[in-house]
Amino acid sequence: MLLKFLSPLLLAAMLAPAFAREAAPAAADPAAEARLMTLSSELRCLVCQNQTIADSNAELAVDLRNEIREKIQTGMSDAEIKDFMVARYGDFVLYRPPVKATTLALWVGPFLLLAVGGGVLFYNLRRRRQTVAEAELSRDDQALAESLLQPDKTKESL
Amino acid sequence: MKARYLVPLAIFIAMLGFLGVGLKLDPREVPSPLIDKPAPVFRLQTLDAPARQLAADEMRGQVWLLNVWASWCGGCREEHPVLVELAKTRAVPIYGLDYKDQPGDARRWLTDFGNPYTATVSDPDGRTGIEYGVYGVPETFVIDKAGVIRYKQIGPITPKALQETILPLVRKLNAA
Repeated sequence: MLLKFLSPLLLAAMLAPAFAREAAPAAADPAAEARLMTLSSELRCLVCQNQTIADSNAELAVDLRNEIREKIQTGMSDAEIKDFMVARYGDFVLYRPPVKATTLALWVGPFLLLAVGGGVLFYNLRRRRQTVAEAELSRDDQALAESLLQPDKTKESL
Repeated sequence: MKARYLVPLAIFIAMLGFLGVGLKLDPREVPSPLIDKPAPVFRLQTLDAPARQLAADEMRGQVWLLNVWASWCGGCREEHPVLVELAKTRAVPIYGLDYKDQPGDARRWLTDFGNPYTATVSDPDGRTGIEYGVYGVPETFVIDKAGVIRYKQIGPITPKALQETILPLVRKLNAA
């Protein structure tokens, strides 16, 4: 009985995500919308910081999408629109920041760390090989090792 | 031999240092590219008298603060007493930019908590906010006599930020 009442509700709840797609303002031009999507997926939303303007539903992201849509309609190029964003929010809005003095550590740092790590690894491996090669046993140690490695003798001693 | 064991310790301490510094940094504070750039122009309706408009260049010749606020913004309420106190000292005129707000709510807010602003302009759709690179209210810009942005406070103005950063800068700019 209860299920009878609930089932339409459940069904609605199940279907809800299907309708939850963001209501895009009825843009006549699908090509412009596609450009908006690629462009805004390369721009960071400063409110949520780890989301793109395309992903984010923060109010600022919605505003900025509208701003970009308008700029596309007025015929601005992608580069011009990105410049507009950078001029206001800084390089931080770009998910692919430009290579320049302030971002050098960001671009070169990982490779530098890799080189240092590789160098340390190489150095250690070489040193280890040398120490292994040097390890020669004295006559007494050799005899001791042999006696320990012979199973029969060990049994006898037990 | 001993030095060998000190290496991991040294690395650990260096890491600790980096992490410690990282803890103190606020990822929300993104340096604004607008510092030392002319303040974006606006001509907007004032909150008290929608018939009257105020433009950014009317403040030329004086050092002023542009405080971006909204009645829905929690940080603004926290900051508000600091602004009210600052306004009493008449150290610097404060202009408000009421960001994405309902004028009625904003007017009520000022009646309830006091009005430190020489004037407030309305930015209902946030377009002027975008021009100023606003991404989290409250934000405050220090603008010099020539209309150049000299400093941006992201988040509420704390009494400390006011005494140690904003007021000394205002004095310096006024003397210039």
